[in-house]
Amino acid sequence: MENLDVVLKKHPFFEGMSEEHIRFIAGCAANEVYKNGDYLFRDGESADKFYFIRHGHVALELHAPERGVLTIQTLGEGDVLGWSWLIPPYKWHFDARAMTLTRVLALDGKCLRKKCETDYQLGYELMKRIAHIMEERLHATRLQLLDMYGVHA
Amino acid sequence: METLVSDVKQELPTDSMAVLTADPMIPEPFRVVQRKPETEDTFTLVLERAQSDRPFEFQPGQFNMLYVFGVGEVPISISGDPAQPQRLVHTIRAVGTVTRAMQKLRKGAIVGVRGPFGRGWPVLEAQQQDVVIVAGGIGLAPLRPALYHILRHRDAYGRVVLLYGARTPEDILYIKELEKWRGRFDMEVKVTVDRALGDWHGHVGVVTQLIPKTSFDPQNAIAMICGPEIMMRFTIYELQRSGMPNDRIYVSMERNMKCAIGFCGHCQYGPKFICKDGPVFRYTEIENLFGIREI
Repeated sequence: MENLDVVLKKHPFFEGMSEEHIRFIAGCAANEVYKNGDYLFRDGESADKFYFIRHGHVALELHAPERGVLTIQTLGEGDVLGWSWLIPPYKWHFDARAMTLTRVLALDGKCLRKKCETDYQLGYELMKRIAHIMEERLHATRLQLLDMYGVHA
Repeated sequence: METLVSDVKQELPTDSMAVLTADPMIPEPFRVVQRKPETEDTFTLVLERAQSDRPFEFQPGQFNMLYVFGVGEVPISISGDPAQPQRLVHTIRAVGTVTRAMQKLRKGAIVGVRGPFGRGWPVLEAQQQDVVIVAGGIGLAPLRPALYHILRHRDAYGRVVLLYGARTPEDILYIKELEKWRGRFDMEVKVTVDRALGDWHGHVGVVTQLIPKTSFDPQNAIAMICGPEIMMRFTIYELQRSGMPNDRIYVSMERNMKCAIGFCGHCQYGPKFICKDGPVFRYTEIENLFGIREI
């Protein structure tokens, strides 16, 4: 079985990060498995982790009164899930539900936050990478909001 | 059996104007054989020649001018199989006076057809290479003939990928065919919707997000894109990020086509006419015009 630091090193998110930082992050990581329909987290819960999806699919959902469950986005193998662990008040703002059997690498956000307060280099490296994911998601969300395929298209 | 390049070439008309046998401004009567609803606002019309059974040959990506007598004429891409030229198939979105009138046509009704017009998809140039087809909304309709052609001559191509984005699960076109194509072992099909309720089990997100998760060789692939212009713009950006050179990207443009033979100027796009020089363009031909608001 591969060590977690080897698994992390192969992920594009960690490209260019120092061995020392990857080893430290691997110390905060654990494998988790979710069955189809299990929730990785729910809206309003403490955001103490973030996830690398190794296998399967996860739906990010919101519940709207009279409309039921709305799927905002789906994520799959190789995707990073969650940045609320980095931003106060550290709460999730949506549900994350496994759509199939899903294997993830869960990283302890609390542990990483603490380390980032003392190791600014690690904090910067993580923030750079999370900012990149945020930019991609914001961009995709804007395109979704445009309603590209609507009648005016 | 392996398909020879020369065999494939023989099946397609090489010059779009060569298949126009009569005056291109005079519509020929065609009879509605079938009107099939696809989604809430989209339907497919199947037509046959009313006065002869001569085949209607066309290149994948070409369009016709369809005329509802007494109402008006609109350009509509051909969405049928080029290998079945006895029946002319168009998938149409009911958004204006003419297309709404078409939605009400019954079996046996007569419409006028002029065409086929324009330059189609580079299905011959794409041989021996990977093919990445990216469609958005009703943009799947003009790409379907290219897919039929490629799948009929499957051995002549490398990897074949279809990425399709729709507004909601209810807006997905050709669901049965998509399911059939997805079941094939020799092509990759990914479908995503911009929004969905919790009972949808597929992808949710924009179609451009599927590109990094797809396997193809960007240096030896041809991309064919059709959809709203903004979707095509961001698809091009994502393909460029994957390493695909601009001269391997083809887009189908849409403008207000009237005469369809480059006389009237209604569909002028900078120095080009969409009806005559397009609707399919290699991206390098129009990259300086793409995204300019005034054009």
